[in-house]
Order: sequence, then structure tokens, then C-alpha cells
Amino acid sequence: MPCTPPPSPPTDKRWKTIDRAMQRHDYRPDALIETLHAAQEAFGYLDTDTLSYIATRLKVPPSKVYGVTTFYNHFNTKPKGDHTLVVCTGTACHVKGNDRILAWMQEAYDLAPGETTPNNGLSLVEVRCVGACALAPVIIADGTLTGKTGFENTIAIIKEWLGHAA
Amino acid sequence: MQREELERYAETKQQFLDSFKHHILVCAGLGCLHNDEIIKALRQEIALQGLEQQVLVRKAGCMGLCALGPVVLILPGEISYQTVSPHDAAEIIAALGKEPVQPLLIPPDLPFFTRQHKNVLALSGRIDPESIDEYLAAGGYAATLTAITEMRPGEIIRQVQESGLRGRGGAGYPTGLKWSTVAKADGAKKYVVCNADEGDPGAFMDRSVLESTPHAVLEGMIIAAYAVGATSGYMYVRAEYPLAVQRLKLAIREAEHRNLLGHAICGAAFDLNIQIRLGAGAFVCGEETALIESIEGRRGIPRPRPPYPAEKGLWGCPTLINNVETYANIPLIINRGPAWFNSLGTEQSKGTKVFALTGKIQHTGLIEVPMGMTLREIVFDIGGGIPGGHAFKAIQTGGPSGGCIPADHLDTPVSYESLSALGSIMGSGGMIVIDETSSMVEIVRYFMQFSMEESCGKCIPCRVGTAQIHGLLQKFCEHRATNADLAALEMLCDLVKSTSLCGLGQAAPNPVLSTLRYFRQEYLDLIADPAHPHLEDAQ
Repeated sequence: MPCTPPPSPPTDKRWKTIDRAMQRHDYRPDALIETLHAAQEAFGYLDTDTLSYIATRLKVPPSKVYGVTTFYNHFNTKPKGDHTLVVCTGTACHVKGNDRILAWMQEAYDLAPGETTPNNGLSLVEVRCVGACALAPVIIADGTLTGKTGFENTIAIIKEWLGHAA
Repeated sequence: MQREELERYAETKQQFLDSFKHHILVCAGLGCLHNDEIIKALRQEIALQGLEQQVLVRKAGCMGLCALGPVVLILPGEISYQTVSPHDAAEIIAALGKEPVQPLLIPPDLPFFTRQHKNVLALSGRIDPESIDEYLAAGGYAATLTAITEMRPGEIIRQVQESGLRGRGGAGYPTGLKWSTVAKADGAKKYVVCNADEGDPGAFMDRSVLESTPHAVLEGMIIAAYAVGATSGYMYVRAEYPLAVQRLKLAIREAEHRNLLGHAICGAAFDLNIQIRLGAGAFVCGEETALIESIEGRRGIPRPRPPYPAEKGLWGCPTLINNVETYANIPLIINRGPAWFNSLGTEQSKGTKVFALTGKIQHTGLIEVPMGMTLREIVFDIGGGIPGGHAFKAIQTGGPSGGCIPADHLDTPVSYESLSALGSIMGSGGMIVIDETSSMVEIVRYFMQFSMEESCGKCIPCRVGTAQIHGLLQKFCEHRATNADLAALEMLCDLVKSTSLCGLGQAAPNPVLSTLRYFRQEYLDLIADPAHPHLEDAQ
């Protein structure tokens, strides 16, 4: 069967970092997860074009690339909003009220974990446990970790933060 | 010669450190927020006072008492300050060598400090995790040098066996036995892997160890690789721990630079390369065969065992997989001897164990205690009891794979055996304290939701069973359950436990089973009363 030649790298500079990740592993198929990390780092999410490109370069069937991408919680196939609110759902955060924070987000902003507002302003993400249990309940607003505050204070922080961001 | 060279680096560093009259160590772990600003403020104040030659501000690892963070340690004098903010810088500097700043002072006689026994955590919070020379100056890599230049692989394995060390990841398999299996296995190529995929929600032991003393873990891996004959190593770390990953990367680079990794390590005919592999948010990858699949670039789906990874692991080669804390114990065993390690702990569980104490407890933090300490001592002496005048209800160990232990069993000494006799497990070391305000059934529903969502879907008992159990628990939480549901719950738990492929499924029912054993009444109270079917609605 004739082999299709690998597509030439698109012009966007960010593709270079993806190429470098694959090159570091000699384009071996086991570099798939490492490459997906690099691609998500570069683009923020993994769209079909990116996945096809990686599949061709690493000679892994597209179905497998898609299977791996969707198996792991860390990888997103949809773009994130301009701002991201991460809510930790580890046990310590759970017993200290982060389930109420998620319920409140649903009620106040009609957002469930994994969703983005229609205007693309805000994404809500839940993570398993960031390991900062002493600060429970923990939220991460655009990369800034806040905690140890209790439900009322936490939603006040979210409101204030959304006031700035949204 | 390598030894002299390393000693020279250590000496130079030590001389530099000794030239300062005061040291201010700032916890730069994930749990102590704004530590970079505190460090900056302290340095500014020092410059302002012209004390650059006398006072050194250093980044340090976790000091343990995360509940009172950000924590700052002043040496000499062993003065610890709590909830420090950048505004406290001037006062802290002014108090150096004088009376400590009283409002910030953590009482040094707190049982949290005095009751602990720190081995693995001995250097945590005492050295800069981002400097290999500080680790060398503190006696680091001495065990590696001894092992590689003076010991034969068989001798190292014998010492690990004699120490009685058991896997700290949860299952408690004898480490020496695992090492000897890998050493004996046939294969031109062998691998060592460090399992740092700490997925249990509410556990942060591995994160803290990696953030505080990454070189200790590397050292354990290097010694292990030499002992079993491996030439490649992988560090499988959660992507959710960016700081740990960053410090590990730096540690590997520095170790390569000092010829402690790479080609002809310590001048011996021994090569080892260690690479980092990032996890991507799948709890099941903590299971060793799923972890192997993930390193090989596939979905993290467990393989049936046997063959065990010790015989057929990564790419079919013999592979040694140990947990972060297990590796961190190795340099101590080499330096201080197996008899020393063996003298700590209980008959069958030797040494010390690191725990992450969280939930409804006064002193949330990272602790290390000898095996055999009672849960009561851990919760009430070290942990300082339950805040807000609430009553202790249960302690949850082992995360979603463990169980809930009630107050009646608080006097149980902690060991692998005693915890499993109570229907829980040691696990990797997460301990979550639950007070009387929480419903046990709700907590268990939370854990089952976790296991259900994290089930990889390969085997039916786990994929379908966890979902069915979760559905039943949901009915209990909503007061819709019947007696038949209770019977079904027990039957399903037994089925999932005995027929699932891997540890995730086999252990998933543990939270339900342990609460059915100790808190059965809570389930019974949630069964809908047939005489008043709409009791909830009426209210």
C-alpha cells in the first residue's frame, strides 16, 4: 500500500513546538501522549486538524489518537473560554463545600463542569485534586489558586473575579 | 574521582551557607500561597538594612503544618512563623537574634512537631529543592556513591529485603522481593519506573516529597536501577502537579550535570537515563499495568496479571515499579543500615509512613510517624483534634479504594494489617477526617462517583457495577431506597470486589462495605418509609 507523505508543517510557529516534541522521541508512536501535551500547551485545545497531523507524523491510526485524547481528562477537544475557573473536587474540598460551589455555578451562571459560556467568556473546569488540601476548598481562577475561605467567601471571590473578567 | 568532586561541591556550598549568621527558610510549596512575594519582601528588607552579608533568605520545601501556611523557619534557633505575609518582613528581620515575633510564632512544643518521627521528610523544609548542592551539603547522594562504588547489586537487594520495607503506594508488597524478582528476570533491557501518579483525592504526600526533596527520589531510583540492572527510567507524574514536574525536571538536569545520571555514573560501568512522563488525568494509571500502557503512549487500560511487570513490563521488558515514598526511603536504608530501619514500626510494617492529614481537622498538613502509632494519637495529638467544637465521626484512609474507620477503633495502631482488618487499607497515605456534620452515605456516594467516572471500562464488573452501585447510593441520598436496594447494594459490592480485573474495581466497593459495617444505621435511616411514601414532599 502506498504511503501518504506526511503533511508539511503548517506555517504557524506553534506547530514547531509540536514537531520538536515528536522529534525528541524520534517520531515513535509512544510519543503520542507527550505530543498531545505539547500540542495542548501550544493551542489550548486539540482540534481535529491537530490530531490528524499528529496521527500522520507518528504513524498512529487517527482512531487511536482520538481514543487516547478522549480517554484522558486532561485533554480538551474544544477551545476554552477567555477565562477559566477550575474547581477542585478532591475529598477535602468536597467535605468543605466545593460541591455547593459547583451547584451555585450551575444555578447562577448555568454552567456545568466542562462547559463554556455561549459568549466564550468563561469555562468551568473541575479537577480531581490539586493536592493543596490544607487550603480546601480550592478554586483556581485563571491560574491563581485561592483557598481556605469557606463557601460564602469563595463565591464572593468568584463574583468579584468574574466582575473583572467577564 | 567523582566522590572528591561531589564533596568539593558540597563543601563550597556549606561554606557559603555557613558564612551567614541567620537563615530564613520560606516554604515554597504549593500550599503556602504568595511565598514568592514573601521572599521578595524579605530580600528587599535585608537590602534596605544592609544585611546582605549576614542574612540569607532561602526557598525551602514543605514544613508540614500547611494549615498555618505560609510558614517561615528561622535558623539557628528553630523559630517557626505562621501565616506570614509580605508585610511581616520588616518585623521578622528586626527580630533576628532577638525575641521572636510573638503574634507569628508557632509554639515549638506543639505535639504536631514533637510527636512526629521524620526520616523521609527530614530534609523537607530544610533545603532548597532547586539546588543539588544544598542536597549534597546535607549529605545527599552519599548513599548513591556507597551503593554504586562499594556495593554489589545483590548486597543492596539483601539490605532492602532485611530492612522490611514494603511498598508505600498502598498494597504493601515487600520492596526487596520485588527488586530481586526484577534482578533475576531475563532480559537484556530493564526499566525502573517511579509511580508518582498520586490520584487519590485528598492525598498530597508524593506531591510534597517531589516538591521538597526531588533528589531523594532520584537517588532511590538510581540505586534501584543499579541493583536490578536497569539502564532506563521513567518518572510518571501527574500533570496536575506543575510545580513538582518543574522541580523534577531541574533535579534531573542537575543530576546529569553532576554525572549522577547519564553515562558511567560515579565512574562505574553503569548508565542510567531518567525521563519524565506526564500523566493526563486518569486515576486508573496509578495501577501499574495501566501506567505501563500510558507510558507506551496508549489509553491507560490495565492488563491482566500475571505476567507481572517485574517479568514483563514496559515494552515486554522486566520493569521495577515503585512509589515515590518507597524510593525516598532507599537512601536512608543504605546510609543507616537495614537494622536501623527494621527497628522502627511494628512486627510486619516497618519504618515510618508519611500521611496527608486533611478534612475536618485542626492541623491539616503533612506528617511522618512510625508505623504502629494509633489513629487517636494521629488525629488528636498531632492533628490537634476537630475544629469548631464538632465531634469526630470517622477517618477515611486509602481514598476511593479505602474505608471509613469509626471512633470505636481510634486506638488501632496504624499498619498494613490492622487497617485491612478494619475493612480499610493503608493506601498511599491520605487520611481524611470526617465530623458529625457529614453524612457517611453522601461521602460514600462521592467516592463511588469518583470510581465510576474513573473506571477505564475494560471489564464489565467495574464499568457497570460501579455505575449501578452509584445509582443505588443516589437513591439512599434521596430517601428513595428500599430494603431490596440495600440487599442489592451488598450483593453488587461483593460481586465487583471479587470479579473486577484490577485494583480500581476490586477496591471500589471498600468505602460502601466499611460504612455498611460501621454506619449501617445511616443507610437504614435513609430507607423510604413505606407508611409515609411522600414524607419528603410533605415537608
